[in-house]
Amino acid sequence: MRVQTTDTLPTIGRRILSASLGSMRHTMASFQINPRDARIWQIVALSLLLAFGLAKLGFDQHLSSVALILATALATQYLGGRCVGLARFDPMSPLITGLSLSILLRAAEPAWLMLAAMLAIGSKFVIRYDGKHIFNPANFALGALILAAPLVGFTPAWISPAQWGSATWAAFLFLSLAILVLSRARRADIAIAFLATYVAILFARAVYLGDPMTIPIKQMQSGALLLFAFFMISDPKTTPDTRQMRIVFAIVVAMAAAYINFVLWRPEGLVFALFLLSPAVPLLDRLAQGRRRVPRFAWSKPVVN
Amino acid sequence: MKHLVLAAAVSFAALTAAAPAQAFCGFYVAKADAKLFNKASKVVVARTGETTAVTMASDYQGDLREFALVVPVPTVIKKDQISISENAIVDHLDAYSAPRLVEYFDPDPCRPMPIPRAAMTMSAPTGGASADTVRRGAAALGVKVEAQYTVGEYDIAILSAKESDGLTTYLNDEGYKIPAGAAPVLASYIKQDMKFFVARVNLKEQEKSGARYLRPIQVRYQTPKFMLPIRLGTVNADGPQDMIVLMLTEKGRVETTNYRSVKIPSNVEIPIFAKQEFGAFYKAMFDTQVKKDGQKAVYLEYAWDMGWCDPCAADPVPNDKLVALGATWVTGGDTPATSQPGQPPVMQRRMPRQGSNVFVTRLHVRYDATTFPEDLMFQETADRSNFQGRYVLRHPFTGDAKCQAGQDYARSLDIRFAQEAATLATLTGWDMADIRRKMAANGQSPR
Repeated sequence: MRVQTTDTLPTIGRRILSASLGSMRHTMASFQINPRDARIWQIVALSLLLAFGLAKLGFDQHLSSVALILATALATQYLGGRCVGLARFDPMSPLITGLSLSILLRAAEPAWLMLAAMLAIGSKFVIRYDGKHIFNPANFALGALILAAPLVGFTPAWISPAQWGSATWAAFLFLSLAILVLSRARRADIAIAFLATYVAILFARAVYLGDPMTIPIKQMQSGALLLFAFFMISDPKTTPDTRQMRIVFAIVVAMAAAYINFVLWRPEGLVFALFLLSPAVPLLDRLAQGRRRVPRFAWSKPVVN
Repeated sequence: MKHLVLAAAVSFAALTAAAPAQAFCGFYVAKADAKLFNKASKVVVARTGETTAVTMASDYQGDLREFALVVPVPTVIKKDQISISENAIVDHLDAYSAPRLVEYFDPDPCRPMPIPRAAMTMSAPTGGASADTVRRGAAALGVKVEAQYTVGEYDIAILSAKESDGLTTYLNDEGYKIPAGAAPVLASYIKQDMKFFVARVNLKEQEKSGARYLRPIQVRYQTPKFMLPIRLGTVNADGPQDMIVLMLTEKGRVETTNYRSVKIPSNVEIPIFAKQEFGAFYKAMFDTQVKKDGQKAVYLEYAWDMGWCDPCAADPVPNDKLVALGATWVTGGDTPATSQPGQPPVMQRRMPRQGSNVFVTRLHVRYDATTFPEDLMFQETADRSNFQGRYVLRHPFTGDAKCQAGQDYARSLDIRFAQEAATLATLTGWDMADIRRKMAANGQSPR
């Protein structure tokens, strides 16, 4: 950008602006950031939730840990992309994974957070079937670390399921942000099917035990439940391609989560259920395909089923 | 060589003699333990793997014939799984982990080196007194008395039931006054295949023991459910109740998984007059915090490795007492000795950092049936970071400070006093005018 001595201040300002926008566009093109990509909204929503949690709810996570997780996720994505020969570096997915891990995962040492980010992004490159990765990255890291605890003899990391509290307005905040996200990707069906099934199980259990309705109402006002439903299980890249199979998957995950929570008495039922059942998604896709090939989901062109 | 050794020895002795008993985190002044709160029960839970030991103590001060305890337990309890603890041990752990008030003394701003002043004597801890209210019932249908024991001054029965009406009738017939609203709660536990641990005072044994107050009962069992049943306690309660839960674990801090855990405001400076009113201050602060969170949160008041403390609100709890509370995995050398004659009490000193494998978490919950409809469910995290409820007094320098630094110091005091007053008002909701008046009476008025 060249500035001449006869340029007035507004002219200089305009030139700086256009030069910046130009270079931004160039950067975004080489980084594969499409401003119409619905994932931008997901990143915005997750960032707001993280900021709210850190500032208002007193989450036990430092900003330095968040930075570490994001940096590790981006670095792993970059290196992984280079290893398998991806043409362009996509920062959106690692940002989403990093933000999810920042919101959900707690660890005594930052090294475990780094490991989680590496496991999450790494699983996308390594654990694949038929050209598609199997696990939602954040879910894989959470499941692997928590499941590994009894094997290695100690618990390096944990989730705090009640960190959101049950204030109803927090739930509304989630919902409105979630709708924003999903209106683009149109995968609300799996989120709603999961929530409906899980809430139905909560109420059925209360009726069976003779508990007052305050208990299932309180249980369903869980920020963790909404976060899981709208941001984790609804991941379009790791859920079945057909609507029918998505609903089946949602119902089975809800039942498994309830079993882990209320029969096995483990607090991380949601995460574990998805972790254990994700490998079944390719099977469900196979069952659904038959002769007609269902189009694969791609973020650049959201598909309506 | 001999001179060198002697010189080293002399200088080392001089160093230790000159080093004052200056606590890093302030001189301990007072604590706010469970006795402050009415209707507060104390429970100690020691858990490793699935092995759980629950020690229950509360303030029962009524007729011993009316005392009854009904606790849902996951399995039939054998006689060797029950023992009687001592109030003193539970009170000791309560005192050790209680929120604490500490004080600092500002040095002379005109002199470069701070001169530590002697710590004020702390208020002596009052004797512990706690007892539980328990009711018992009478025989009924569908109720199986799995076992009956007399342990210490208690007659204990382990019951299983097929349905809650039969159990309620049985318990009422036995003289336990079960409130009407308890039947659905009992039904819920029966459906979850839980048994009922029921205890009553055996008056003859109680006279023999000579204890004035009822002693805590400890029950040990194996279960994957890391929980504390609170629902029965809320059935007939008039108003919310307080419970202090003291968790002893191996790996790290314990938190609730079905209610939000919040850290109590800590490390705040408050005006000096709070020294005489620390109990009132802490109660007001806790009340304000509870109101702010809609009485829906569980408060963390202390999370620390039992091997050290800074400042210490009580003498360290010896290993044998920790084992008595259920922390049977305790290893390592004995905790540092209690006060030696001629030295200030240990609680006035910092304890040397030496790490142990017992971690204590102190949770304070105020609950009733509306805001806490579910039993408390817990998980042990790997978080070993330290947290304590600590409130700080800073005594201003009262001598003459005629140097430039002294004038700067005097100006800074005004700002500091205003901040302390504002902090106190926000935390407790006390009237600002009252606060300022009391501060002025204690030498903390703006100059």
